[in-house]
Amino acid sequence: MAGEGETPDVDFDVIVIGAGVSGCVTAYQLAVAGHSVLLAERGEKPGSKNLSGGIFYCRVMEEVFPGFVTEAPIERRITRNCLSFLSPTSFVNVDYRDERLSQSVTAVSVLRAKLDEWLAGRCEEAGVTLMPGVKVDGLVRNGDQIVGIKAGDDELRAHVVVAADGVNSFICQDAGIRKKEPLKHLAVGVKSVIRLPRAVIEDRFNLTGDEGAAYAVVGDCTNGTGGGGFLYTNTDSLSIGVVLRLDDLVERGGTSSDLHDRFLLHPAIAPFLAGGELLEYGCHLIAEGGQAMVHDLTRPGLVVVGDAAGFTLNTGFTVRGMDLAAGSAIAAAKAIDVALKRGDFSQASLDAYKVELEKSFVGQDMRTYARAPAFLETPRMYGAYGLLLSDIFHGIYNLDAQPRRRLLATGLSALKKSPLKIVHLVKDMVAGVRAL
Amino acid sequence: MSMAELATVTERLDKNHYETDEERSHIEIDQAVAKATGAGPLLVRICPAHVYSMLADGTIGILYAACLECGTCRAVAPPGVLTWHYPRSGLGVAYREG
Repeated sequence: MAGEGETPDVDFDVIVIGAGVSGCVTAYQLAVAGHSVLLAERGEKPGSKNLSGGIFYCRVMEEVFPGFVTEAPIERRITRNCLSFLSPTSFVNVDYRDERLSQSVTAVSVLRAKLDEWLAGRCEEAGVTLMPGVKVDGLVRNGDQIVGIKAGDDELRAHVVVAADGVNSFICQDAGIRKKEPLKHLAVGVKSVIRLPRAVIEDRFNLTGDEGAAYAVVGDCTNGTGGGGFLYTNTDSLSIGVVLRLDDLVERGGTSSDLHDRFLLHPAIAPFLAGGELLEYGCHLIAEGGQAMVHDLTRPGLVVVGDAAGFTLNTGFTVRGMDLAAGSAIAAAKAIDVALKRGDFSQASLDAYKVELEKSFVGQDMRTYARAPAFLETPRMYGAYGLLLSDIFHGIYNLDAQPRRRLLATGLSALKKSPLKIVHLVKDMVAGVRAL
Repeated sequence: MSMAELATVTERLDKNHYETDEERSHIEIDQAVAKATGAGPLLVRICPAHVYSMLADGTIGILYAACLECGTCRAVAPPGVLTWHYPRSGLGVAYREG
């Protein structure tokens, strides 16, 4: 506790590094609570370095910005979710459309260059000092206590520094929190944004108004590499690409851009994109380790949020990052607010952040899905299952003037052709039920 | 979409916006370690932006201006091959969509 006359000289109460979702939400909450906040962003403007798939499960944002869905620059409200299995010749979909999803707005598609600029704008309105075009080079220490940041020749001091600098977090590395990540904890997303007229998107995806569709695709889209494909509708563009687990990409010898192109050119996918114009080609590293990848979250004077902390979840059905970023930011802001009021910036004081996280959906969901990454590592998910499904459906619909067999017999004969054994099905089903 | 419409990666990157650091590369490579570890072909194929290329003399070329700053090369490169940091303040790729 800093007693009378001991208050150290600071430039800001809090310095937040990185104006993505977690950085903006942390900065905003703390400014609203009356603290002085600097938000440093290395990009020429907020959002210019950020890229997501991107579906934002945005209900959490209502807590921070009431009316988020109507106020923020979102693209479409996702009312159709498709889980798709792609084989070289087939495309098997579980197509779930529900008006209730539109009424409650669980998920929206976003483009980060637009969203993050809006979020940073709300921060400025709340009194945050936004500094774009500033790359933070490292931390300033006083003994073990982190007391500020270095950017070029400048040093800026604060009671608390928040590392919201994304999946590559150099700040966490500087703080000794992270070492080199195992490759199976990381994936690279390679994405294209393709412009199409609004009406074409609505016709092609069976949507009206601002409704949107989200496809999560496994199988041939990655040529068997662990990961998957995605296709999301924006207002007047599509976000499409692949996610490739780095351990598998390295081992199987694939070329990341070729796998991206192969998915876009797949005969089942290419018609969605026909006549489109490429607006942007980008990529981003993704934390895929789930709970196993969550690192220490605090140091004396330092708190880590969002991707930098490893808060992402791939459940096979949903790929989540931005909602966890916002949730972790809300928890961090609560703990930092208390620490500022008490004048105690020790690690023990900032560890209140962990307690807040455990109370929130972030801590609980990370635990619930702790087994998901191992389950999704099963190579069968990316090859054999898609082929099996396609053979079963082929057996059902290919009425070739031969006498029909019952469904079970059709299924068993497809299974016989497949490298999969019943024991695999049972094993994966049990593992799936336990993991997801 | 056809391959012709998709264009090559290099042509695609021309549509992106960059504030290129004309003075300094944010990527450095230790050619000797790269050669000893055989890292070249790996870097060439994992980088979505085709920053790396194998040159005729067996060394690795770096087109740092094309970098999309994902960090995949940093994650997969054998120790000692790469020194990779983000470009200097305000420079590098500037996504307009993201």
